[in-house]
Amino acid sequence: MLDFSILTENWDMYIEGFINTIYISVIGLIGSFVFGTILAVFRIAPFKPLNWIGTIYVEFFRNIPLLIIAFFLFTALPTIGIQLDGFKAGTLALIIYTSAFIAEAVRAGILSVPKGQTEAARSSGLTYIQTMNLVVLPQAIKIVIPPLGNQFINLVKNSSILTILAAGDLMYQADLISTRTFVTFDVYIFVALFYLVLTIPLSTGVNYLEKRLAKSN
Amino acid sequence: MDFTGAYTPDHLKFLFDGFLITLKIAVISIIASFVIAAIVGVIRYTKIPVVSQVFAVIVEVIRNLPLLLIIFFTFFALPEIGIEMSIEMAAIVALTIFEAAMISEIIRSGLNSIDKGQIEAGRSSGLTYVQTLWHIVLPQALRRMVPPIVSQFISLLKDTSLAVVIALPELMHNAQVINAQNVNFIIPIFILAALMYWVVNYVLSIVARRLELKTS
Repeated sequence: MLDFSILTENWDMYIEGFINTIYISVIGLIGSFVFGTILAVFRIAPFKPLNWIGTIYVEFFRNIPLLIIAFFLFTALPTIGIQLDGFKAGTLALIIYTSAFIAEAVRAGILSVPKGQTEAARSSGLTYIQTMNLVVLPQAIKIVIPPLGNQFINLVKNSSILTILAAGDLMYQADLISTRTFVTFDVYIFVALFYLVLTIPLSTGVNYLEKRLAKSN
Repeated sequence: MDFTGAYTPDHLKFLFDGFLITLKIAVISIIASFVIAAIVGVIRYTKIPVVSQVFAVIVEVIRNLPLLLIIFFTFFALPEIGIEMSIEMAAIVALTIFEAAMISEIIRSGLNSIDKGQIEAGRSSGLTYVQTLWHIVLPQALRRMVPPIVSQFISLLKDTSLAVVIALPELMHNAQVINAQNVNFIIPIFILAALMYWVVNYVLSIVARRLELKTS
């Protein structure tokens, strides 16, 4: 049987990690949404060099492990004089990695808006940026929300790599508790529950949105 | 930064050996998880009572946990209840459990994407339910499943790097070992390691996209 005293006695530590994980994931989502949208617009902009930058970025960072980005920021940058603590390096790595995926989701959303709308907006005198902001992006967002939700779930799960950089996320706190109590099994089961409290409602929500979107089409 | 010091033949061989372990662990895990996922996916598709619901809960739980937690759990927590494994075995088991949950969803939705009318047609032409699944539903569903499974294999190759936390001597771990010798090696070694991952994954992603175009 599980020893619930481990949960009650270390409640503060679990909660600290829980809040940190939410914090990291939210910053990660905002950062990678902004950056990912810029990349998506780069990829479809009517200017070839921007397309290349967008494509190279997405194809590179989607195909390498998140951990190598995190290690690079944490251990390689200091050798050229840029110091980042585990929290900053980890969160930045999450943003760099996740924005490649979000860029793809946003691009798919933008491409789903009929071309005629862009042409109509452009011929009524809007600039390219105005067309994007006022006509295309607001419509694209509907299609982008479910994959964005999925990326948020991934962010919550991936934020656990900050443990390796000793950055105080949920998994790291669990590690601390297990070294303090000499118990691992129960400590990990409880930390799993904390993750599920976050991810299960999110994935249920995303499923619901996906179904509704499928119906409305 | 010391590129010539970092890229000695010994170091390159050491990195490459690590990459072979990465590939080996990923291939074993994808095969094992496909077999498990096929069983779970078919059981959930055919809605066998109780078993199907139990699997649904297990799959949902595993899919919603960080892989790192599953790796830690397999290697550090399971010995506490008497299940001890070597590092390599723990990595394979953890990756297989996680991937099987992911792939079972791919298989289930692949099966669900086949029009129910085909099952009815198969059944009314005298095939048994199992025959209908085997000869009509599965071959079509498999074709649709291949691209997402290739994508899943890309994730798996990347995720293998997480086994660095239990000191599996894969690419990430070996890169860290070389980096520990001299700080000037860190940037060159990480660039090379990233490129090794990238080349294989990029080729796979092109394959996945080609297959997707073919099937759609």
